[in-house]
Amino acid sequence: MESILVLTHADETGSTLTKASLEAVTAGKDLAARRGALLAIGMVAQNSAAAAATLNSSSARLLAVSGEAFAQPRYASDAAACEAVFRAAQATFVLAPESSRFARVMAGVAHRLGGCIDTHVTAISGAENVEATRWFYRQRVEAGLTRAARPWFLLLEPGTHAAFAGQPGEAQVEQVAVELPAPRTTVTGMRAPLANEQTIRPDAKLLFVAGAGWTKKQPDGQVHAKEAGELILGFLNASGASLGSSKSLVDQGSDGQPVLPFLTHLNQVGQTGATPRHAKGLATCCHGEEPHVVGWRFIGERRAISLDPNCGWTRGKADVVYVADAFQVMRRVNELLELKKQLPAPSS
Amino acid sequence: MTNSLHIVVCAGVVPDPLQTLEPVTGASGPGIKNEMVLPAVLDPWAASALCEAAHLIANNPESKLWLVLLGPKAKLQQVMMTVAQKVKFELVAIDGPIGGFADAHATAAALADAVNSIAGLDRSKFLLFGGWESASRGAGVTLQLVGERLGVTDQFQGVDRIELREDGSFEVLERVEGGKHQVSVCAGAPAVLGWATGNLPEPKNNPQIGMTNMRSIMPALQKAKTAALDGNGPRYVSVCLPKQQRTTRVVKDLAPDAIAQELVEWMGGQ
Ligand SMILES: Cc1cc2nc3c(=O)[nH]c(=O)nc-3n(C[C@H](O)[C@H](O)[C@H](O)COP(=O)(O)OP(=O)(O)OC[C@H]3O[C@@H](n4cnc5c(N)ncnc54)[C@H](O)[C@@H]3O)c2cc1C
Repeated sequence: MESILVLTHADETGSTLTKASLEAVTAGKDLAARRGALLAIGMVAQNSAAAAATLNSSSARLLAVSGEAFAQPRYASDAAACEAVFRAAQATFVLAPESSRFARVMAGVAHRLGGCIDTHVTAISGAENVEATRWFYRQRVEAGLTRAARPWFLLLEPGTHAAFAGQPGEAQVEQVAVELPAPRTTVTGMRAPLANEQTIRPDAKLLFVAGAGWTKKQPDGQVHAKEAGELILGFLNASGASLGSSKSLVDQGSDGQPVLPFLTHLNQVGQTGATPRHAKGLATCCHGEEPHVVGWRFIGERRAISLDPNCGWTRGKADVVYVADAFQVMRRVNELLELKKQLPAPSS
Repeated sequence: MTNSLHIVVCAGVVPDPLQTLEPVTGASGPGIKNEMVLPAVLDPWAASALCEAAHLIANNPESKLWLVLLGPKAKLQQVMMTVAQKVKFELVAIDGPIGGFADAHATAAALADAVNSIAGLDRSKFLLFGGWESASRGAGVTLQLVGERLGVTDQFQGVDRIELREDGSFEVLERVEGGKHQVSVCAGAPAVLGWATGNLPEPKNNPQIGMTNMRSIMPALQKAKTAALDGNGPRYVSVCLPKQQRTTRVVKDLAPDAIAQELVEWMGGQ
């Protein structure tokens, strides 16, 4: 009988599967049901027994690669782990989350196994003829594709499926042995651009984008970069929003122009930046040019504040554009959010 | 401190991102309307890789830099007119199809063959660079596949910084979730680095570098091998532009106070 494999991995605790992994489990269960196939779930985790608890009610065969070597996300050990799990499961389709950890290795794994891979997959449809949907040209063209070659590896974009949530319990896990090459790479830690300002929040409902207008000369002929920084950080703190930026604004540091010290290229949204997923997005002092807006593909409701009534956002790229001064509007928004915090929550 | 390095940067060419793209399906599958005549640029993240590579080469004497470039010959020539003025490199050109719909597995095979054919490439000094994702296919797999084909199993993706150490090892920063970098230390070459933006500004045009490069670029273009890139690729079922075009409400003449009220209501409970 055909077998479908979902590959998952633990988060930095080493003993809990990531949300994106559990989303891939949902996609795997759906596909296995449609094809009448067996489902196997493979785990790469330091402590797979603990990680497997959430999969207890998945009715899947559970396989794991465990141990200290797999606490570190790195190519040589992760590729060997995924390869070993696959060899134990022998599947036609392999689904896995598009996480930094698996995106680093999965094409290499597919190659070792004589298979093929598609990444950034947003949907998997069909039963007999399985079809994957993904974007090309940085979210500007959408395509549905299929392949005859097997095994077919599909990396799923986070946020495209509900996370599997079963009754946790002690699960039966088959341990898979892996022969590792002598390690040449050691992961020494994580580094946030600025330890005290965590501005990128993937789980936030709102994306707040700051554009280059914030540090440009304003109608009074002056630059107000310091005030811009205070307004933006004030808003992020009050709202919990995630901070995105245009390329022009993050590039200013290297061009010697005024900068917002808490911004880095990691905040950049667009063609050569990120394509985050949030329910809502608010762009401020940003022109809404195509190379920027392609990064908004997965933002639901979109609003923008710009002084320019002909900016890109007005051309079908946002739902609402306020032609106004973002300094004035955001100052008032921050005051209102502060007031809201002080008011007692309405009783239900 | 010096380490001699042999860096190979793999890159493709893509339409200038300011161009409007319209998908079309022809006899050989999907493509972009008039892609051959749209102005093209060096794939942006691969351009970051080239710039970082040039910086490393400049700081480590006895090092060498090759650019393996795949695309239709005419397009390669056009892109070279600007790229050649930026940094000094030796070109290895592959005449191949343009666009994001070609299969990454076949592309990787052609690139790996080209790297293998480089005379004098020393594997003990070898770093394979490129963009972590292209601006056309955007799959983030090509470089990884080239690395596997060449047997290089220290690979890093979404790289923003590399710092070489005296003993030949290096520290590398890769983008991971939540706006953070994962920091790793690798024992040294050979390794694969798929670059994100990096840390360096785009080098200014230098006509002198352009002149030197051009002497070797023209023969390299003439010698370009043709890669057919067929094989066991995908079959496209549909290729279309996003359907979603929003009806924009443009609000003029509303006081900042009223806009703020409306926005706070719209945001709801965050
Ligand atoms: C290869 C390539 C890749 C690229 N990749 C990206 C990418 O990934 N991401 C990206 O963002 N861009 C990218 N770009 C650049 C893109 O084309 C634009 O240049 C950039 O997005 C412009 O940024 P901006 O809108 O912030 O700045 P600007 O174009 O300078 O616009 C600033 C806006 O702010 C408004 N403004 C000024 N003051 C105020 C105020 N007080 N209140 C309200 N509004 C105000 C102005 O009216 C103007 O509309 C790329 C370009 C190329 C060529």
